[in-house]
Amino acid sequence: MVKGSDMELDVNGIRRDFPILGTVQDGKPLVYLDSAATSQKPKKVIAAISRYYRKYNANIHRGVYKISIEASEAYEKSKTKVAKFINAGSMEEIIYTRNATESINLVALSWAEQNIRSGDHILLSELEHHSNIVPWQILAKRKGAVIDYIRLDSDMAELDAASVDRELKKNPKIVAITQASNVLGTIVDVKSIAKEAHARGAAVLVDAAQSVPHMPVDVRDIDCDFMAFSGHKMLGPTGIGVLYAKKRILEETSPALGGGDMIKTVGFETFVSNDLPWKFEAGTPNIEGGIALGVAVDYLKRIGMQNIRDHEKRLTKYALGQLAKQSGVSVFGPDADDIDHRCGVISFEIDGVHPHDVASIFDQEGIAIRAGHHCAMPLVVNVLKRPALSRMSFYLYNKQSDVDAAISAIGQVKRIFKIKEAAQAKV
Amino acid sequence: MDLYAEEIVAHYEHPHNKGRIDSPSASFHDYNPICGDDVTIYLDIKGGKIADAKFEGVGCAISIGAASMLTDFLKGKSLHEVKEMGPKTIIEMLGIDPGPARLKCATLSLRAAQKALEDKR
Repeated sequence: MVKGSDMELDVNGIRRDFPILGTVQDGKPLVYLDSAATSQKPKKVIAAISRYYRKYNANIHRGVYKISIEASEAYEKSKTKVAKFINAGSMEEIIYTRNATESINLVALSWAEQNIRSGDHILLSELEHHSNIVPWQILAKRKGAVIDYIRLDSDMAELDAASVDRELKKNPKIVAITQASNVLGTIVDVKSIAKEAHARGAAVLVDAAQSVPHMPVDVRDIDCDFMAFSGHKMLGPTGIGVLYAKKRILEETSPALGGGDMIKTVGFETFVSNDLPWKFEAGTPNIEGGIALGVAVDYLKRIGMQNIRDHEKRLTKYALGQLAKQSGVSVFGPDADDIDHRCGVISFEIDGVHPHDVASIFDQEGIAIRAGHHCAMPLVVNVLKRPALSRMSFYLYNKQSDVDAAISAIGQVKRIFKIKEAAQAKV
Repeated sequence: MDLYAEEIVAHYEHPHNKGRIDSPSASFHDYNPICGDDVTIYLDIKGGKIADAKFEGVGCAISIGAASMLTDFLKGKSLHEVKEMGPKTIIEMLGIDPGPARLKCATLSLRAAQKALEDKR
């Protein structure tokens, strides 16, 4: 039976592509609501990894034999797919890393290392998770640079426009900011921030870990200098991530990691860097990860990123509506009527119940949600002033009935903690 | 498996031995970064035995429920007995096995009590 928001996208057809979604634990089907942490993988991605090892496992580049050429071509082709997927100028602008975190660290260790000096400002926002804070803290400590934060507005939902203006007046060297918050679900208008930041001479890094997997993203439209995202959150395997950077910047920047494959020639005294993008990838890379990421991109493109975004919008709106009917449940982030600025991430709390107890009770019902500070301790602990939050997050394979299961699990939490339902009459 | 047995929830909602002991024989503050559970254990020792045990803190039902039950359980036990206690003691005390994801919550207060005794020596 196909319901409401599941009709527009063939969710049941999509679900058949994901073997793990058939899992049954203690007689209860797995309801996976933790895609913001990592996505599940379709059969084609799993098969691509297996096929590489069964049919053409060989080190890439410089191999003269057939399977090495096949591996090199598959790895390089995946970069072209990723480049087109985010509308980069070419695959020369696509550097593979382990994940979004490593991509941001790579910028901190190379471009920022070479361009940021003592007393320079680095501008982040209160929405950032640890991967877009700690690399800058390490750099700032090493350089004697200053980190500033764009504040949240009084609703604790979106960035405060006045704070953006105020902080940009300090003329930061780089503005590193998330496009979609993994805690509040807030979608940030990175295009307009990039424009203002560039007007002040700052470089712009966009943390797209939660946006590229879920919505159309165009790096040239945003006009950011760097973009970081992870393969495993977009149907690809773990251990493969992407750093996009403008070609001109990559040409001007020296590599941070040295070794094989990032060189053209090496002498005892010196070396000549390889062409882009290989200049920034030292040593044997994650070959099967790159190839499988290309397959994941093919899968997403076939479904269509706008279709995925629309599906998640409908699901999120439905979930926010159902949560609003629950007494004693608070939801964080932008309201349901602001759905254009909200992605499929919903952090919530149930009065008087610790988020980990909520997640454990959900787990007993076969529902996977996340509880904790979501690797964004400054936001959760210092700004929202909570020790932890419970979070459900959606992807293309989630159904309306997954939301219904979550709502029913909230009822179970309330029964266990004997929370009265009387106030629910307000609906 | 029912993690949230009535007894644990009852202890969480109405914890026993909540509060501090002024000038305790031993105390220790411990933190579980996974849940953000934060517990301080206070022990009063007389004649080599736990005469009184109290705790302060905030956290999930498993950690606070366990702290409440543990502080009851510790009273009258010898220091040697406390030292010998392990996760198994806690699982038996709770009557449920919290599983690997929540064992740290369940054993937080025991670890704090043991560290308090270690610090004292």
